Amino acid sequence: MNKILFKQKLSDNVYLMRIHNPLICNERKAGQFIILQLDDDFGERIPLTIADADEKEGSITLIFQVVGKTTDELSRLNEGDKIANLAGPLGSPTHIEKFGRVVCVGGGIGVAPLHPIVQAMKKAGNEVITILGARNKDLIILEKEMAAYSDKQIICTDDGSYGLKALVTQPLKELCEENPKPDLVIAIGPPIMMKFCSETTRPYKVKTLVSLNTIMVDGTGMCGGCRVNIGNEVKFVCVDGPEFDGHLVDFDNMIARLNSYKKIEQKSHKCNLDKYLEQKK
Amino acid sequence: MTTHKELSEYELSLLNDPEKRASLKTKDRMAIPPQEMPHQNSVERRNNLEEVAIGYTLEQARIEAMRCLQCAKPKCIDDCPVNINIPAFIKQIAENNLPAAAEILKETTLLPAICGRVCPQESQCQKNCTVGKALKDVDKSVAIGRLERFVADWERTSNLAAVPKIKPETGKKVAVIGSGPAGLVVAADVRREGHSVTIFEAFHKLGGVMRYGIPEFRLPNDIVDKEIDMLKQMGVEFRTNFIIGKTRKLQDLIEKDGYEAVFVGTGAGLPVFMNIEGENLVGVFSANEYLTRANLMRAFDKTKADTPIYESETVAVLGGGNVAMDAARMAVRLGAKKVYVIYRRTEKEMPARAEEVQHAKEEGIEFRFLENAKRIIGDENKRVKAIECLRYELGEPDESGRRRPVKIENSEFILDVDTVIVAIGNNSNPLIKQSTPQIETTRWGNIVVDNNQKTSMDRVFAGGDIVLGAATVILAMGEGKKAAESINKLLAS
Ligand SMILES: Cc1cc2nc3c(=O)[nH]c(=O)nc-3n(C[C@H](O)[C@H](O)[C@H](O)COP(=O)(O)OP(=O)(O)OC[C@H]3O[C@@H](n4cnc5c(N)ncnc54)[C@H](O)[C@@H]3O)c2cc1C
Ligand SMILES: Cc1cc2nc3c(=O)[nH]c(=O)nc-3n(C[C@H](O)[C@H](O)[C@H](O)COP(=O)(O)OP(=O)(O)OC[C@H]3O[C@@H](n4cnc5c(N)ncnc54)[C@H](O)[C@@H]3O)c2cc1C
Ligand code: SF4
Ligand code: SF4
Ligand code: FES
Repeated sequence: MNKILFKQKLSDNVYLMRIHNPLICNERKAGQFIILQLDDDFGERIPLTIADADEKEGSITLIFQVVGKTTDELSRLNEGDKIANLAGPLGSPTHIEKFGRVVCVGGGIGVAPLHPIVQAMKKAGNEVITILGARNKDLIILEKEMAAYSDKQIICTDDGSYGLKALVTQPLKELCEENPKPDLVIAIGPPIMMKFCSETTRPYKVKTLVSLNTIMVDGTGMCGGCRVNIGNEVKFVCVDGPEFDGHLVDFDNMIARLNSYKKIEQKSHKCNLDKYLEQKK
Repeated sequence: MTTHKELSEYELSLLNDPEKRASLKTKDRMAIPPQEMPHQNSVERRNNLEEVAIGYTLEQARIEAMRCLQCAKPKCIDDCPVNINIPAFIKQIAENNLPAAAEILKETTLLPAICGRVCPQESQCQKNCTVGKALKDVDKSVAIGRLERFVADWERTSNLAAVPKIKPETGKKVAVIGSGPAGLVVAADVRREGHSVTIFEAFHKLGGVMRYGIPEFRLPNDIVDKEIDMLKQMGVEFRTNFIIGKTRKLQDLIEKDGYEAVFVGTGAGLPVFMNIEGENLVGVFSANEYLTRANLMRAFDKTKADTPIYESETVAVLGGGNVAMDAARMAVRLGAKKVYVIYRRTEKEMPARAEEVQHAKEEGIEFRFLENAKRIIGDENKRVKAIECLRYELGEPDESGRRRPVKIENSEFILDVDTVIVAIGNNSNPLIKQSTPQIETTRWGNIVVDNNQKTSMDRVFAGGDIVLGAATVILAMGEGKKAAESINKLLAS
């Protein structure tokens, strides 16, 4: 259980791993995530989306970006190593049906959680248009995999090093202006990108789903750390989500909450990196 | 560390002279002063997680045991939810026969070291103790909990606890969901009958609230570990990181995996919030989150743990139960300079154990009674900077018999705080309910059971907080015991 079967570096600090866990592999559906922890006593529990699953092998695929201590340590594990704790699949699956024209927008690492949704939407008979965005060409991930399930694919980079030199909201707006307009938009990426995608589609009244990446502890509805304002209600992302109607999400509050521990984490990350470098010497 | 008083000559003579003990009259017993619990010093303990109550010495325990009148109709037994034979085990302590005392405890309880520490004794076994009644002070009742703890600690630290006998293997399989006190008791009692038992636990560590909720300064992890170790030695299998309803559905355990009975002991892990303005600001936590970070994720150990915990100067804890006390006292230990507990009734109505309230006061926590939060105020970065409260007064008694708090109009005032911890209760965790619609639940999500802890679903039993709502360790154990009996009966036929 939890053995790393395969590891690949996708871009500068993005990694893909296939991990053996037949139980989660069998139960998981598009839109769900796992929580992992690398050390029984002192490790942090971090949520990562199940980007894919291989039933023959009994594995799930995780794609993650190194942003702090735990993702950094995870990236240092190799094929054959085991992940101490892995629990899931968590969260409510994406509601999949034939909507018609579905636009899937992925920003940066957000393309990873989008991948199983794109697959499922295509299989359900939808016309799927994908928009992938990143800062530059090197940070675009899963281009081929996404293309395989897309009727049309649009790529944007901030610096124009690949595809359009634009933010993802630009082609999204154009698609909303087309006739027929999209039946559904799904946007996954940095909170600020999801916020602006939701703002883009709002005037066109195009239903827009976003997948929220709040801070989590248990992932089972026990702590309330993942709570967000959705319209006038408070929801727990780990059990009620992670997908919500983007037009109802209070992104500003969510972004503030994501930064709750920024100061402490930068300190901890730095201390630990220093320790690590110390050891290497 | 505080040390207890030296024993008097009279007390020493009682310890050494069996005849003198035998001749003790009721009057003499009542005259023995209650033995004080040795405690860790209240200044030192603000900076560590070590247990606050250190435990009786053997001499103290024996003297305290001599205070028991060995009543003919002992009220204490009736008031203990698992009906421990209290006078019998206490008598053995007085006679310095600790193995016999331990045996008596084992007849009725699996976790004496834990219950002796966390039971609200003043409202259970010690409430109507004849000694306390006669001295008109429940605090002067025989210290049953402390004695129970003493015996269990003695047995544990002298490594004398023997693995219980297991009947021949029956080849039948039972699944237990949740490793809190209810689940542990079911596992032990079912395993003893020779059935194979697997405990499924969502977290990576075992023990339920005893691990992630109740802090080490009240219940050291070692104690929970030892109990779980014993179950492992009995052959109980544990599957951690296994969330029933997610990793595997409850029906599949029965229909596909061959379990012949299932016990659901998933607890009350769904935090209740107040629904007031500002509750989602940065710096507002449920007690569950705060305590889980500190206990389970070891965030107390700031240099080692990867999980961060909020750095606070001034903390307001909302609520008046054990959970509120634990959160407040943990905040002190994490370095907060000022901690308020805001409770809308008075000290008398507080549901927390009296001892914990006392300890909290000694640790410098400020109790603000007859006040309640109205809204939480944030700064420009959406971080907590103050809390606005209202004053209350007590009105007529409500259904629970407690006087109802009534707010005083226009009594608003503001307290500057940077952290708010909400500890006003827990509802039942909905995971099982959502994934197993066949199980009947109440409007509040508690699982409905009959007198035998049987749910509406075939072969499925439930107990503990998931049935009772947020209750106590000993009540959860009591339900576990009943459920185990029913399961054993079911599997015997
Ligand atoms: C449902 C869900 C699914 C996710 N799926 C993926 C995924 O497939 N791939 C992936 O790379 N990441 C995913 N994330 C984000 C991932 O959990 C965080 O990147 C991770 O927790 C960071 O941990 P760390 O210890 O490496 O960094 P830390 O040192 O803990 O934090 C580094 C920085 O990241 C920010 N951060 C902390 N926690 C989170 C969080 N939960 N989400 C976003 N930022 C955070 C902090 O503000 C901090 O500044 C997901 C998050 C959620 C809630
Ligand atoms: C902070 C705090 C302090 C307390 N102090 C006291 C006290 O001093 N005295 C006292 O008597 N009581 C106290 N209590 C209450 C007491 O802890 C509970 O009543 C008792 O633990 C309930 O036991 P349980 O077995 O029903 O459930 P829990 O102890 O809640 O255990 C349930 C377990 O099930 C697991 N679980 C949940 N869902 C699933 C699932 N779907 N699949 C697998 N596993 C699952 C959970 O992770 C958990 O480990 C306190 C509670 C808290 C929170
Ligand atoms: S189990 Fe609890 S109520 Fe019963 S005797 Fe022990 S401390 Fe008292
Ligand atoms: S009621 Fe008190 S005095 Fe009487 S047997 Fe029980 S503990 Fe002893
Ligand atoms: S992560 Fe704890 S409730 Fe969602």
